[in-house]
Parts: sequence; C-alpha cells; structure tokens
Amino acid sequence: MPSYDPNAMPLTALINLDKPLDYQGYVDAGGYQGARKAILEMQPSDVLDLVKDSGLKGRGGAGFPTGMKWSFVPMFADDDEHKPDNKYLVCNADEMEPGTFKDRYLLEGVPHQLVEAMIIAAYTINANKAYIFLRGEYFLCAKRLQAAIDQAYENGWLGSKIQGSNYHLDLYLHTSAGRYICGEETALINALEGKRANPRAKPPFPQVSGLFGKPTIVNNVETLSNLPHILKHGADWFKALSPDSDPGTKIYGASGRVKHTGLWEMPMGMTVREVLYGKAGGLQDGLKLRGFLPGGASTDFLTEQHLDVPMDYDNISKVGSRLGTAGIIVLDDQNCPVGMILNLLKFFAQESCGYCTPCRDGTPWVVEILTRIENGQGTIDDIDTLNKLCDFMWLGKTHCALAPGAVEPLRSGLKYFQDDFIQHIEQGCCPLKKDQIGVGFKDPNPMQESPQIYKGFEHE
Amino acid sequence: MTLASLKYQQIKAVNIDHRSYLSAEEISEIEHETTLLEYREAAGIEALKIVQKNRGWISDDSLYAIADLLQMPVSQLEGVATFYNLIYRQPVGTYVIHLCDSISCYLTGFESIADYLQQELGIGFGQTSADGLFTLLTNACLGGCDKAPVMMIGENHYQSLTTDSIKAILAELKAKANGSKEGEQ
Ligand SMILES: Cc1cc2nc3c(=O)[nH]c(=O)nc-3n(C[C@H](O)[C@H](O)[C@H](O)COP(=O)(O)O)c2cc1C
Ligand code: SF4
Ligand code: FES
Repeated sequence: MPSYDPNAMPLTALINLDKPLDYQGYVDAGGYQGARKAILEMQPSDVLDLVKDSGLKGRGGAGFPTGMKWSFVPMFADDDEHKPDNKYLVCNADEMEPGTFKDRYLLEGVPHQLVEAMIIAAYTINANKAYIFLRGEYFLCAKRLQAAIDQAYENGWLGSKIQGSNYHLDLYLHTSAGRYICGEETALINALEGKRANPRAKPPFPQVSGLFGKPTIVNNVETLSNLPHILKHGADWFKALSPDSDPGTKIYGASGRVKHTGLWEMPMGMTVREVLYGKAGGLQDGLKLRGFLPGGASTDFLTEQHLDVPMDYDNISKVGSRLGTAGIIVLDDQNCPVGMILNLLKFFAQESCGYCTPCRDGTPWVVEILTRIENGQGTIDDIDTLNKLCDFMWLGKTHCALAPGAVEPLRSGLKYFQDDFIQHIEQGCCPLKKDQIGVGFKDPNPMQESPQIYKGFEHE
Repeated sequence: MTLASLKYQQIKAVNIDHRSYLSAEEISEIEHETTLLEYREAAGIEALKIVQKNRGWISDDSLYAIADLLQMPVSQLEGVATFYNLIYRQPVGTYVIHLCDSISCYLTGFESIADYLQQELGIGFGQTSADGLFTLLTNACLGGCDKAPVMMIGENHYQSLTTDSIKAILAELKAKANGSKEGEQ
C-alpha cells in the first residue's frame, strides 16, 4: 500500500483490503465527522451549495456535475400537498465496465466511507430511504458493506433521529445478479423495482420521477465517497487538490500487459504517461505500446501520441475520447487490435438489453463482420459496412448510451488500426496468428463430438 | 421454428401453491425482502436468488411458486429470471465456473485458460461435466482486471490464473465434493 499524505489522497488513505476499519476504527481515524457536520450544523441547502461550490463531477463515466444534478430534485415545504411521501438516493455500485475495478477497491477497503457519504447525500436531497445497488458478483463487498450498515444502525447513524436530529434514513443493500445494462441509471431503477432492466425513456429524469415514481438521485460509489472529505475540509481544499484541472482526486487504474497493474489515487489531470509509465511501469519486457482505452471498454482508443494528455474530462474529450472510469486498458504489439475490438464488441452484443433495434441487431452484426476479418475472410467492403454501423448506432439513434459506447472503440479502432484491418483482409489471416491459423477458432458446437457430456444442460 | 421447438420453450401452465412448494425458511426470507421495498413484486430478484441458493437453480415449478408468493404474473417473473446471467433457469453442476471473457482477461491469456478448462473438464462452455460437478460458463468483467485472468466459482474469485493454479483449484473442489458425499452416506 503506498503511503500517501492522507490529506492529499482522501479517498484511499484509509483503505485496508485485508481487514477494513470497523466502526470504531473509522471514527478514530476521523470518520463520520463530515456527516456529523452536515446533519447537526447545516441545512440541506447549505450542503447543496457546498457540493456545488466544490465542483465535484460524477465519477460514474459521464462527469456530470454532482451539485447540479442534486439541484434538480424538487424540494417541498412540509405542508405542500404535492410533496411526495418519499425520495430516494441510490448508489450505483454495479461496476461492470470491463477494465474497471475502482469501486470494488473502495467498497472492500473502506465500506464505512460510503455509508457516511450516503448519509450526507440523502440528507441533502431529503431522502428517507437509500439503496446501494451492488453487482451480484461482489460477494466480499456485500459482506463488508452489510457489516458497516449494521454498525451504522447500532451507533445511531441510520434509522430514526440520527445523532439526536430529526432526520431519519434507512439504508439497504441490494445485490444484483449480473448484466452490464443494470449500471445505466434508469435500467438500474427498473432492476430495483424488480422489473426487467431495460433503460427508461428520459425525460422524465430520475431526479424528478425515478424509483417507484419518486424523485431519485443515482450516484457512483467514487463520486459519493468524496463527500465526507468535502464536508470536513471544505470546497476550497477540494479544488486545491488539483488546481489545474477538474477538482479533486481520481482513482486511475491500469490493466493489460503492463509491468504493474493496479489502482492509484492521484490529483485529477495527471497525464496518461504519469499513470502508465510513472505508476504502472510501462509495458512488460519485450512489448511495445500500440494503443489504449483511457477509461474502460466504452471509450475511444488513443495512441502513443496522446501520452501527455492530462486525464480529466475536458482534455481527454478534446483528443476524441472520454475519461470514462479512468481504468486504462493497454493494447500491446503482441495482441491483435482486430481481436481486441472483436472481444469488446462481443461484450456489448452480449450485454445489449435488446430493447432497441440499432443496438440489438447492430452489435451482433459488427461481431459477425469482425469475426470474419479476424479469421481472414473479410473483404474491403466490410470496412465500409462497419463505418456505417458506427453511424447507425451513434448517440440519438439508440434508446440508451450502451450502443454508442460500443461504437467508441470500434470507430477509433478503425481509424488508428486501419492498416491492421487491411492486412487481415489482404493476407487472409490474422498477421499475429499466421503460423497457427485455425487455433483461434472455437468449435461452435462441441456437444455433438464429445460423447461424455451430460445431456440437457445448455446455457446461453 | 418448428412447432416442436416452440413447445419445448413453453412453460407448463400449472399453478403451484407456494405454501406446499417453498420451505418455511424460504418464505420467511422472501417475506423479509418484501418489507424493504415498496411493492411485493419488487422483491422478485431477491426471491429468485433465495430459492436458487437452496435448490441450485430455478425450475418452472420454483418460478410458479415464487410468482404465487409475490402475487405477480409468472410471465413477468420469467422476464426477470431470464434477464440475469446469475439466475440459472436450467440445472447446473455442483460448482458453476464463471470465467471472465472480457477485455483485460482476453489480453492476458483468456484463450489458453479457456482451452485448458474445456480440455480438463471435457466440456464446452454452457455445459456440465458428466459427473455433475462442474458447469462451465463465461462471465463479463469480474472486476479483477489488474489480476487477470479471473474466474468466479460460488462466492470465490480466483485471480492471476495459470493452468497450474486451475489444476489445483479443480482438484481441491473435486476432493471437497467427494468428501461431502462420503459424509452423507
Ligand atoms: C450501459 C451503461 C452502463 C453503466 N454502468 C455504470 C456502472 O456500472 N456504474 C456507474 O457508476 N455508472 C454506470 N453508468 C453511468 C450511469 O448511467 C450514471 O451516469 C451514473 O451512475 C451517474 O453517477 P455519477 O453522476 O456519480 O457519475 C453506466 C451507463 C451506461 C450507459
Ligand atoms: S442501446 Fe442497447 S442496451 Fe441501450 S436500450 Fe438499446 S438495446 Fe438496450
Ligand atoms: S476483464 Fe476480466 S476481470 Fe475485468
């Protein structure tokens, strides 16, 4: 564990993956001071102003200003006849974006921080019920979060009359059962309501009509985790963490064949080079950098020429990609770009919820074409078709942002790795698999050939 | 699509009374979940998980019983059950292996791990071994991308997989299953 100055690395300073701090340990380390200040010393509108002033932006991928999002929640006078009987806060802990593992680190390492953060956020929008929507595969997170929630109840931080105030809040943990689309905030709301997790049409936005038709805020784990520290140290302190960029720190990650994979909390706006070479140590011996996805599977490829771009929302957007989750996925020269893009698109085709035609039909079509190209059976016309499909599945033509997310690595891959596509087509094989043609082929139906298989168990 | 294959996909139209099908513990666990949400049917996914934990998978009868308990249309619950990859609507082996096939694992050796697992178990993805011990499935990113390749079996995540580590894991699970079988006899 790197030993950072805890004031400069607020989110991860207290992380202990082997044995996270229990309630007392967290309090002794300065925990629950932010929530105490909010509930006992401030009005909800004061907290809202503070968060707006801090400039905190959502860390779930889109970078939407958190304070502004909260300000869309209608506040009602106590005697207002239109006052809804409830509002909801939901923490999006569905982390399923390939190449992203930062939320898991926060949840396993310092679960009380999220509980405290949710108390602050729920108080601000005056919600009396909050849910943590956790992906089903994160069993250890679930255990540790539930323990933290139980301890928060025991110590008067959840339930009625929190710390002697008039505020009451119930916090529940919901564990899901797979599917990437559940992370899209309106699909997540449908999932929480026990429905099939198709995204909803917007408007109405969840801030006005969300969970069970009531005003609802959905925020990412990392976004929320900043709140205790903003409350404790103030907006100016938060902005000073990264004077030249979006305020605050960011948990950057690196995966693929680099020397040291992992996560590092650094001031927002570190360059790609500082993360990939400074922290991750560059590529493994004998490998060269071909390109990388800066923030998870649904962001556009960047290449060596972008190594000195600061990793924040604006700067990464300027060079044609997105900060996304800041989990960098590295493509080396011994892995095939076409194979990588095929793998990414298979993911999106599988995870498409099937609600709208461009995505439901478009993503498998791309997979079909890319499979042919990777296997050396592509034609030059296929490239045109792929470019057309990028257009068909782009923003505004689909019901949610999953399909545009699938387009991002595809369109940028077609641009930066055009030569690789052409080589596959001209040489009739994947140049990296020249001497082992056919090895990459998976028998689509091995059942008919292997007699020892137990019949009747087929899963899609 | 032939008529026969259509028939195969149909769910039997029998009503099942949850009281005679679900155990008292299952019912009380599901009832508890309904109290945390605004309507009963919102607990559908929790109910499916509770029953699957006890019975290994969700049969048509289980589906009917849960729908009956939550007072919701079976078709709606089936829509939920088939949506999620961690709800099994067909029987599975004692251990379900979920091997991550997403990008970071792909870049660091998914294919050779996948080949090895299929070879060792003598089955392809989506199938169950003849001894009923292992079902092999792929899974989207398991959130262990820094320690790829990764697989999940039960509640355990196994990271930085090699063919050697897989061999050891399979052997251990086999021994455990055989041990518990002997214990029952
Ligand atoms: C297909 C898809 C999957 C998503 N998955 C996640 C996720 O796993 N976690 C997350 O925080 N946001 C995810 N998002 C973004 C959410 O819709 C939403 O923007 C976010 O939770 C808002 O939180 P923030 O304002 O704190 O960033 C996803 C979006 C899409 C389109
Ligand atoms: S874009 Fe894809 S995931 Fe989103 S609603 Fe359409 S089909 Fe579903
Ligand atoms: S890509 Fe395999 S664990 Fe993330």
